[in-house]
Amino acid sequence: MQLTRPTQWSLRLWTWGALAFLYLPLLVIAILSFNTATSLSWPPKGLTTSWWEAAWQAEGPKAALWNSVKLASVATLIALVIGTLAAFAMQRFQFFGKQSVSFLLVLPIALPGIVTAIALRNTFDRTIDFGLFGFRIGFGFQSLVIAHATFCIVVAYNNVVARLRRSSMNLLEASADLGAHGVQTFRYVTFPLMRSALLSGGILAFALSFDEIVVTTFTAGSGYQTLPQWIFANVSRPNNVPLVNVMATFVMVVSIPLAWLAQRLADSDPSR
Amino acid sequence: MRALGRFMRRHRRLSLASVLGAPVAWMLVIYIGSLAFMVVSAFFRLDGLSQKPTNELTGDNIKTAFTTWTYVEVVLKSVGVAVVVTTLCFVIALPAAFYISKVAAPWARRGLIVAMLLPLWAGYLVKGYAWKAMLRPGSEFGIDTGGGFLNATFGWTPGFGWIAVVLAESYLWLPYMILPIYAGLDRLPPSLLDASGDVGARPMRTFRSIVMPLLVPAIAAGSIFTFSLTLGDFITPNLVTEGKVQMIGNLIQRTLGAPNQPLAAAFTLWPLLIVIVYLAGMKRLGAFESI
Repeated sequence: MQLTRPTQWSLRLWTWGALAFLYLPLLVIAILSFNTATSLSWPPKGLTTSWWEAAWQAEGPKAALWNSVKLASVATLIALVIGTLAAFAMQRFQFFGKQSVSFLLVLPIALPGIVTAIALRNTFDRTIDFGLFGFRIGFGFQSLVIAHATFCIVVAYNNVVARLRRSSMNLLEASADLGAHGVQTFRYVTFPLMRSALLSGGILAFALSFDEIVVTTFTAGSGYQTLPQWIFANVSRPNNVPLVNVMATFVMVVSIPLAWLAQRLADSDPSR
Repeated sequence: MRALGRFMRRHRRLSLASVLGAPVAWMLVIYIGSLAFMVVSAFFRLDGLSQKPTNELTGDNIKTAFTTWTYVEVVLKSVGVAVVVTTLCFVIALPAAFYISKVAAPWARRGLIVAMLLPLWAGYLVKGYAWKAMLRPGSEFGIDTGGGFLNATFGWTPGFGWIAVVLAESYLWLPYMILPIYAGLDRLPPSLLDASGDVGARPMRTFRSIVMPLLVPAIAAGSIFTFSLTLGDFITPNLVTEGKVQMIGNLIQRTLGAPNQPLAAAFTLWPLLIVIVYLAGMKRLGAFESI
């Protein structure tokens, strides 16, 4: 297909326009985090690093950040274990209902967050009665971990299953031919092949959990505040605009390089 | 260990159960169980005094949620926004994905597509907040605020309203549309395009008759995310309109806080049903092979 020069140029312009659209708002917030004025008005009145220092000193954002890190770490671990198991099942076995399982795994991110949120909240809130005994999960760290792990599983699963699909079965057969038993093959062949996929899946699951607000809002209760919740609670407080700008920028400068790293790891192929 | 390995090889079903058991149990018990329980809870009567759901069954919540015009109107507007956002994302994504996959120099492709996807991880809340800063009107309540980026740079801003919601939502979910379309174009063999050119088709004709039909599953896959994530969003409308615009998500959130859990669950059936119908439609177009 030979495109004319003007067509090529318009497509190029369009693409750069789309990129500008994607990055401009992020740049605006990053610059506003150094604004001497305390409003969201543009252009900034002057530039200062004092809000970054203030955010470093403040207790609220730090506690929320730590809460987010703890939650995302535990949720990611669970998601990695379950997602990897699911990936092995889907890649190495044929079974009835295979299609439904892959559908089941994507459902938490394909359904609007609010549906997941209301459903999980309802379950955590009720006392589940088994006649002899009943229990209630309640709200707090435990409910958040369950909720976050549920929608992080698919991210871990996607990364591992993609790697398993690409790594050839020949390697496993070669390993068996050389006399390795199942566990040795896993230890010396399968796991090293998967390592970077696990890492990239882990990073992306962590980022997803770290960023989540909708399900979090409904399943957190009052005792546990994550960083996105802190930001959301402070958006409407005019006095805290500078701190919100700083924390928003902080989230960007931490998450974007991590996502980039995850991308690199997912693309790397250790069998080559 | 060897014995275990042999045992597992002989009992495929058992080893399948050992890897598939936990994921399926987790998803079925916690997720599907909760969804089912939520649907049931929409039929519970609310105790007026304690404002807690009772075990008494009633169809009133469903009736309120599905027949009251004010609520149906909110649902229709939300669907409208989701459709407009999906269309807008498609219009922006198609030429860009085409450029990256077929026109840009091969060495630049990887970098360009990663650049398109990275903003996805900048933080959902952060991005909604960034649009608040972009869209801020020049004056509020008669007081001069100086305005946000758009107002200061172009002297015009759509302000905090429906356009703001459409803009911010399109911004949020655009990468979800770009990725599958790019992947779909990448799978398209170049020889197919050359062949079309060789038999005399002009680029536009090749695009319409060869590229587009083959892209349908990819577009359908992308649209699942743009449509579904927009439909249920309540944080972004809240941020970029300062609470002036109500979408179905805002309605659910407000009702839950009332507190009226059963009615909130009944409202939640709206996005649940709409998205299930949408997913079924997109499945027919082959979307699930492209996710």
